[in-house]
Amino acid sequence: MSDTSSTDLGPPATVTGQHVDPGQEESAPADTAREARRQILFTPALTIGLLITIGLLLLSLAIGQYDVFSAEGFWMFGITRIPRTIALVLAGAAMAMCGLIMQLLTQNRFVEPTTTGTTEWAGLGLILVLWLFPGASMLARMSGAVTMAFIGTVIFFLFLQRVTLKSSLIVPIIGIMLGAVVSSFTTYIALMTDHLQSLGIWFAGSFTRVVEGRYELMWLVLVVTVLVFVTADQFTVAGLGRDMATNVGLNYTAVLFMGTAMVAVATGVTATVVGTLPFLGLIVPNIVSLFRGDDLRSNLPWVCLLGIATVTVCDLIGRTIRAPFEVPVGLVLGLVGAVVFVGLLLRLRKKGGLIT
Amino acid sequence: MTAQLDREHPRSSVRTTQDGEAQAGDEQRSWTGETSGSRSSSTRHAGPITSRKHALRYWAVMGLLGGLSLFFTVGILSFGNPMPFGSSGYWLIAQMRIETVVVIGVVVFCQAMATVAFQTATNNRIITPSIMGFESLYVAIQTGAVFFFGIAGVTMVTGLPQFLMQAAAMVLFATILYSWLLSGKFSNIHIMLLVGVVIGGGLGSLSTFMQRVLTPSEFDVLTARLFGNIGNARAEYLPYAIPIALVAGAVLWWRARRLNVVALGRNTAENLGVNHKREVMLILLLVSVLMAMSTSLVGPMTFLGFLVATLAYQFADTYSHRMLFPMSMLIGYTVLAGAYFIMRNIFYAEGAVTLIIELIGGIVFLIVLMRKGRL
Repeated sequence: MSDTSSTDLGPPATVTGQHVDPGQEESAPADTAREARRQILFTPALTIGLLITIGLLLLSLAIGQYDVFSAEGFWMFGITRIPRTIALVLAGAAMAMCGLIMQLLTQNRFVEPTTTGTTEWAGLGLILVLWLFPGASMLARMSGAVTMAFIGTVIFFLFLQRVTLKSSLIVPIIGIMLGAVVSSFTTYIALMTDHLQSLGIWFAGSFTRVVEGRYELMWLVLVVTVLVFVTADQFTVAGLGRDMATNVGLNYTAVLFMGTAMVAVATGVTATVVGTLPFLGLIVPNIVSLFRGDDLRSNLPWVCLLGIATVTVCDLIGRTIRAPFEVPVGLVLGLVGAVVFVGLLLRLRKKGGLIT
Repeated sequence: MTAQLDREHPRSSVRTTQDGEAQAGDEQRSWTGETSGSRSSSTRHAGPITSRKHALRYWAVMGLLGGLSLFFTVGILSFGNPMPFGSSGYWLIAQMRIETVVVIGVVVFCQAMATVAFQTATNNRIITPSIMGFESLYVAIQTGAVFFFGIAGVTMVTGLPQFLMQAAAMVLFATILYSWLLSGKFSNIHIMLLVGVVIGGGLGSLSTFMQRVLTPSEFDVLTARLFGNIGNARAEYLPYAIPIALVAGAVLWWRARRLNVVALGRNTAENLGVNHKREVMLILLLVSVLMAMSTSLVGPMTFLGFLVATLAYQFADTYSHRMLFPMSMLIGYTVLAGAYFIMRNIFYAEGAVTLIIELIGGIVFLIVLMRKGRL
């Protein structure tokens, strides 16, 4: 079984490989003029990436236990396949961008919703709503998750400001511990209120439950995604650090607040509908900036595409490896993400980039 | 001049202790004695205990903890025993409860030793060995056996030789991982930590993944036979776990003075003539053994070690590991036995003991995190 999984891991590697080679040729004549950068956005490489992603999404529409090409199959197609694929696109893009924003705001490459405890806070919000208002609607649960995700992210940022750190690598370690604290609270409440089982299902993020009528909230994430595209330059400047950003005329606190709010909304909504998607926000922006540098605006489409492609591939693996059953995408992602993350770390180490 | 010297002495000696000279007490005293004249050797306090008051406090806390431990032990053994005192039934029930007490003792021994040593080796007092993936590795091995060999795999991972094999596999894994991560030009302990954390997370995902793919009956067997908690520990492992834990603990105790030096950080330790990398690797190996024993008995406990170590630093207020180890063990025993006793006899919820400890540990963690100025 594990053999098949390792061979199935092929696609993401080749996808990035194809993205890369043409991309590097393009980045050479980058003038600082705005027009020039606009042009760079739509390169042949991006088109190829787009085509591959669309191909993956079509595959996601076609694969499944139910024969959608039969007479009444089309009905099923509309109920589950299309919502699921839309959710894949939105969740993949949003979580990858969340990671990117958080990395810029904290100036730390190893930060993303799962390494700062944001997802665990969202889970706490979910459980609190389930406990205090039994039978709450999806919208109410989502509000709880978003609120707690926001509080959690603010706490983490506050901690980062208060504490002097010896090494940037400490940040994700503390974040993961913080997440463990929060999830032990969540587990406690869940145990007391007999929600342990739903918690277990939630922790392993999965697109299985995404059907018509349950995924519409995901469109909120699209708003966040568009907002990120609009405000990309401000985040790039904020990534220079508080002093530098204020120096060039940016309202740093406002941008920080906006970024935190966006991350909270995206994480909270994704947590409510799908569950946790570990490491996605970490590996995608890092791989993109390995090949393309750190210009947020021209990287954004890439981060989106790679995020979507990664989630889709992991979901396809989860769907096919044990058909007719499904393995939650969060588990596949956790496994793949851990391997890629360690690879990135060791690569950085080899170059001496992590010396502190 | 003499008066001034006298006034200066205690302060300067305290500073020396903090700055770095954490060699064992006797050597320290003779060294400082030579440089500052013979008469000060009696007034200087450069050992792990800085003053009479400090010593008094240390032993008072130890005594109090000892008393509490004794109280809870007797409580667990005798409280709510339905048979009349002295009858053969009474002793039978008490004997059955001894098992729980022993399990608590072994778990606390492992967690306390492992956490204090781990925090020393990593020179960071805010992390616990649990996040390094030791426990995930254990769970992954167990799940993997059932995954690849079916229900027959369970018998492959229970029993003495198998138990030893697993411990050996974990030590091997730890050796390879740490020697690889700590070698090379740009190695540093933070990268090792982060890689460990991520590998731990990945192994956790792998285990859950395999558990998902198991048939329900296999999964049942796996959860029933392999994972325990305080109330329902895998007591059949005790005869192997106790000696192994004792040996690992004894090695740590034996090297406690080197631990004191390692705690000063890499540069200072190397300056003082300690092979820092080798010491750290040895400590990490012993930590992995101790954590394996604890996990095999009662399953993962993330914050017990952290709670215990933090309180021990607070109360003992010394760098000496030979004073920290017993203190942390007693604190751990008091906390765990107390939680078990209270949860069992007042709230009738002994299954929630682990959760309660995690909760308290988690809160302490948050408080410590927010109060710390530098990490």
